Amino acid sequence: MIKKLILASGLALAATASAHAACDISSGRVSIVGNEFPAIQTIGKGAMSCAGNGVEVKANLTADHQKINVAGMSGNPAEYTSAIVANSSIVALMNDDLIRPLDDYVAKFGDGLKKNQLITVDGKVMAVAFMANAQHLVYRKDVLEKAGLGVPKTYEDMLAAAKTIRDKGILQNPVGGAYKAGWNLAQEFNNMYIGYGGEFFKSGTAEVTINNEQGVAALNMMKSLSEYMNPDYLTHDSNATSAEWKAGNVGLMNMWGSRVGPLRETEGSSQEVVDNTAISAPMTVGGGAVPATTLWWDGWTVSKNISDEDAEATFKALKAAIDPSILNNETTPQAVWLIDGYEPTDAAKGVFAAASMGTKPYPMRPFQGLLHSALGAELADFMQGKESAEKTLADVEAAYSAAAKEKGYLK
Amino acid sequence: MKHRTFFWFFLPTALAMMLFIALPIVSVVTQSLHTAHDQVIIEVENCGPFGCEKETSVDTAATESLRREQPLGKWVGTDIYFDRGHLATSEVADAWTKSQSMDEFLSTIINLPFYRAMSFTLTYTFVVTPMLIILGFMIAVSVNALNQRLKGLVIFFSLLPMIVTPLIGSLILFWMIDSRGVIGSALQWLAGDPDLSLKASTGLTWIMLMVYGVWHAAPFAFVVFYAGLQTLPQDTLESAMIDGATRWQRIRFVVIPHIMPLVTFVALIQLMDNFRVFEPIIGFNAEAHATSLSWIIYNDLGGETRLLSSAAATSVLTIIGVAILLSPVLVRTWRDFNRKA
Repeated sequence: MIKKLILASGLALAATASAHAACDISSGRVSIVGNEFPAIQTIGKGAMSCAGNGVEVKANLTADHQKINVAGMSGNPAEYTSAIVANSSIVALMNDDLIRPLDDYVAKFGDGLKKNQLITVDGKVMAVAFMANAQHLVYRKDVLEKAGLGVPKTYEDMLAAAKTIRDKGILQNPVGGAYKAGWNLAQEFNNMYIGYGGEFFKSGTAEVTINNEQGVAALNMMKSLSEYMNPDYLTHDSNATSAEWKAGNVGLMNMWGSRVGPLRETEGSSQEVVDNTAISAPMTVGGGAVPATTLWWDGWTVSKNISDEDAEATFKALKAAIDPSILNNETTPQAVWLIDGYEPTDAAKGVFAAASMGTKPYPMRPFQGLLHSALGAELADFMQGKESAEKTLADVEAAYSAAAKEKGYLK
Repeated sequence: MKHRTFFWFFLPTALAMMLFIALPIVSVVTQSLHTAHDQVIIEVENCGPFGCEKETSVDTAATESLRREQPLGKWVGTDIYFDRGHLATSEVADAWTKSQSMDEFLSTIINLPFYRAMSFTLTYTFVVTPMLIILGFMIAVSVNALNQRLKGLVIFFSLLPMIVTPLIGSLILFWMIDSRGVIGSALQWLAGDPDLSLKASTGLTWIMLMVYGVWHAAPFAFVVFYAGLQTLPQDTLESAMIDGATRWQRIRFVVIPHIMPLVTFVALIQLMDNFRVFEPIIGFNAEAHATSLSWIIYNDLGGETRLLSSAAATSVLTIIGVAILLSPVLVRTWRDFNRKA
């Protein structure tokens, strides 16, 4: 027993030593704040392995990261030397000028980073992306076979398939979706609106333009789909929708690529559901060519309000955390990695298809988040049949304008 | 008490009140009168894993100099209070002139975030507060009549709803009333309607939230009333019995007058608490059907873009709301106090 312990701690020491060598940091403080899901935990663990010899590494990974990252990076020196963000959440940090350009660090220590990992704004590298994500179709092979249907390519196909599945008595509510009032519902509208070819803002300004034909069409499509969903759909986020899927109640849904892995585990599910869970490309809508979905990246940033020593340590630690050597049987299926040497697994098919079909990335606009909040608060009225699509869209525009005025984007 | 003694006696309390009550309110009011500076927007090219795109961005250097000159932000006076997210005066005036009927006017008003929140908050406050007082009183009277041995056990169980953290309590109930949960399925079976969903209907969601509110707060009223019942004058009760008063008459003419000051106390606390209704809305994921002022503040502060001034204005409106709500009770207490003195 004691022998084993000594052996294990010896091995652990050896592991830290070798990891530390890969980090090549002599001193400094690294403190990371970020979201919490398996892929980001892998990054956090990677950075933590750089700790020791006068280098302090901390990681605070929590679902509430967006509530604390701006405050935690505003001080001087900032509490967090790095925030792990996505294309939507980096905007809040840039608006307040809290992250530093990374060009010099990339030139000096960025050996091995691919060009498409570098997120540049106005020519300056502001973040390093390590994974991609998108919503795409997830379907049950057995359900579609039983109904005698092919895999839907458009939302119109999905509607027709849902009707057939219900009429044949296979599933009562065959469609699933994260339609919870708030962020999720707004995101589904964004998807659908992009699919119909809508533009959110008048080019180059903060003036919103969603009360139009595409906006109405997008809302009507969402309403039609909701008729084939569990009646509680306005309270279902991605977690609840995944649970419905695992319970075998749903046959078709638009779901995040990063959530496909857990759907293929039997815990809380049945072998039948697991074996028949299949994924496909995102769907188009209204005869459009651009899929009704958005592309996302997750990446890390470095704080502005910290010493250059800490910034260098942070860059090196996070660079080490996304080294190609982190990829193994456990970590590879966790995400669609943008890291060199990543071999896509079957679960990555949907996200790759989204990228190859010319899907638009979620816009990195300073005021997109305000519109997202306004949509989340107002769309539920239409979904419940309380008001017309035009009225709801007018409400969204009014709510957005009030918020944008307060934030100084509109006069 | 001499004025001097009173001053030294009261000083620590006054200081604590200044620090923890007055200063935060001053800070909230200040925030609500300022907004962010006008942002200098420029067009830049963003590149990433999915290619390059022209996009707008904030010119942080230009905005920074504005910020340095006026660190509090741009002075806007009471603009925020009257914008669409709050009192929406211009929208209300507009609806008044354009509406054909009172119904149309009201439905336009209820569609505005502040009035929508107020309609739920006020309904909730004025339904839940009396109900929980009545229920709490009924439990207290029943428990008081129990055998001494049973009392402890029953009191413990009656207090459970208050012991459970509000968010956890509402989450547990949320899953039970799910259309696939225990209560949800039972209701579907009772009503003979397989599509019945408590969460999908605004009316049923409101009822559910109010039932939860009564369930959660009744133990508080119960404890207070139960304590009051221990001080009942036994000789008055006995003489009432000798006079042939029924149980109901004894409660109506002896017990209720005796604990009336406690009813005022419970009403005061619960009016305040219920006006700030928040946890059940989050726990029941009910924001599609019911919102409250506290929920608006939470919503403004969460997410990617925080609306500090808007949240501050809503906070001030909440304080004003609580003050208006409590004024009748406070006036009454003041009169009682004067009468006694």
